[in-house]
Amino acid sequence: MGEFLHQLASGLALGGVYAIMALALVMIYQATHLINFAQGEMAMFSTYFAWKLMDLGEPYWFAFFATVVASFIGGVVIERLIVRPFANAPILASVIVFIGLSLIFNSLAGWLYGYSVTSFDSPFTGRPWFGAGYMSAHEAGAVLVTLCVLALVYAFFRFTPLGLAMRAAAQNPVSSRLVGIRVGWMLAIGWGLAAAIGSVAGMMAAPIVYLDPNMMGGVLLYAFAGAVLGGIDNPFGAVFGGIAVGVLGNLIGAYVVGDEVKLSVALAIIIAVLVWRPSGLFGRRLVARV
Amino acid sequence: MADADSALDVLVIIVVGVVALGFPFVASGYHIYQGAQVLIFAVALLGLNLLTGFNGQISLGHGAFFAIGGYGAAILITKFGLPYWAAIPLASIACFVAGFLFGFPALRFGGLYLALATFALAVATPQILSYKGFDAFTGGSQGLTLMKPHAPFGIGLNADQWLYLVCLAWAAVLYWAARNLVRGRIGRGLVAIRDQPIAAETMGINAALYKTTCFGVSALYAGVAGGLSAIAVGFVSPESFGLPLSLAFLVGIVVGGLGSLGGALFGALFIEFVPNIADQLTVNFGEGAKALPGAIYGVLLILVMAALPTGVAGAVRAAARAFAPSRQAKIEKSGGVNVAASYGGKEESP
Repeated sequence: MGEFLHQLASGLALGGVYAIMALALVMIYQATHLINFAQGEMAMFSTYFAWKLMDLGEPYWFAFFATVVASFIGGVVIERLIVRPFANAPILASVIVFIGLSLIFNSLAGWLYGYSVTSFDSPFTGRPWFGAGYMSAHEAGAVLVTLCVLALVYAFFRFTPLGLAMRAAAQNPVSSRLVGIRVGWMLAIGWGLAAAIGSVAGMMAAPIVYLDPNMMGGVLLYAFAGAVLGGIDNPFGAVFGGIAVGVLGNLIGAYVVGDEVKLSVALAIIIAVLVWRPSGLFGRRLVARV
Repeated sequence: MADADSALDVLVIIVVGVVALGFPFVASGYHIYQGAQVLIFAVALLGLNLLTGFNGQISLGHGAFFAIGGYGAAILITKFGLPYWAAIPLASIACFVAGFLFGFPALRFGGLYLALATFALAVATPQILSYKGFDAFTGGSQGLTLMKPHAPFGIGLNADQWLYLVCLAWAAVLYWAARNLVRGRIGRGLVAIRDQPIAAETMGINAALYKTTCFGVSALYAGVAGGLSAIAVGFVSPESFGLPLSLAFLVGIVVGGLGSLGGALFGALFIEFVPNIADQLTVNFGEGAKALPGAIYGVLLILVMAALPTGVAGAVRAAARAFAPSRQAKIEKSGGVNVAASYGGKEESP
């Protein structure tokens, strides 16, 4: 039983990371109806940025917030320079561009920081003050950070004028433009936010999966599974889905198929959801008008 | 699109064929091996281009079907004692079935979801291959080792030359098949489904059947390539069939030219030699050069989509047309199909 609770608890912590990542995916999906295949590598690159800052002697939380801000700026720049020109291109072109972006970030990180696996410090040390001993300090901290991110994102979209403008731009770009919202910039800010949120996921994942240019492959796959399970156009669904696949993946990995095929669990979840319920648990059913 | 059977097209095919046939008799051992690799990649790219370039179904996971072909052939040869020439067709039929079955759920996914599902497939493939339960067949993370086949009947060819010619024969036959496929009624159906799915169905094209079959055929091509690769390399292991391989295929068809069969050769040359050259640079520039292929791939994917959506093949075709305006060029000028708009070119927003 103790082992089971331990698996459950660490599944929750991982699920939190997946949930943040899924939230970043949803943010871009809602605004552009595209899935950003480069989200994982962008987060990985942000995490290296944080590692570099700490390596230079900066304290953790300074590095953390500096990375979030830098990632936001980076996301905005990427949207403006690289994604924008393909705004009206077919899906295939966008997917290819995202794959190109992910390859660039992956090799850039390898070139700048090397391919060796590095450890990444966690700010949470000592005994965790919740989780009743079933979670490590970092896992408990990651859950806490997840909750903070979710609360902040919710507050931003619910209570700020900018958040409202972004929601409007995503829902009805034409009318939003008519009332004076600069839709193009809302998309850029959406990309910035997604990059910033993703960087938090990267920094929370790094102490668990360790830092290397390919660290986010599994995380991104599980985030995809989470987003698809919850409904890729629904932020709450994606968060729920992320946590659910985190727990599910951990339990199935530990008790059914073995940890070494954990990625296949995510694949199975993705295909099963797409076959039986393509809109996810909480997503809106897509109806095309002919 | 190579619809008109222009004299230039035929000439190019003949020249490429003669050069490819003569190559193993003038080149040395390792270069012949590389030539075989190019042909193998070309076969895989032909298949992926049928699916993604012509039919518009995005697959980021064709490395998985390549793996099924490779492992299928290797298992049939080492565990069941089949000769290599029988193993490859059998393994590729398994691939057709796998692709056809994957094509069924793919019908329900829109383009984006299919990209996502195949991406997941590509990431998970090495883990599935090294799964302990299949150890007896797949050799686990150790992989399987094969013997190189020798030329039959005492023909005076060494193993490399023979293997190259086997690959060339497969590539030629499959190119011919793909060419016939896309130039006929089926090919037009595939393109129609890509560009105007609703209109295509209204015209009586059975989109579900076309799409699943196209997926199957595409997987079959990847499977043949995988089987040939297993024999040429003499070794299969889980790590060689991961996401990088699948993404290299994507790079190959984009650089070579989406929706162009001849582009497969350019794409194959590209994905064979870029990592190779980068490897040589590692000697001069150290570890950092390891990042080079990925960087080149990434930058090129974006640049090609922005500036040259029809890839190298499209550029060559455009150049040839500029020098020798053919009947086909006139048709296109007078409002024919705008291929560029199907992939990356700007479309008018409604």
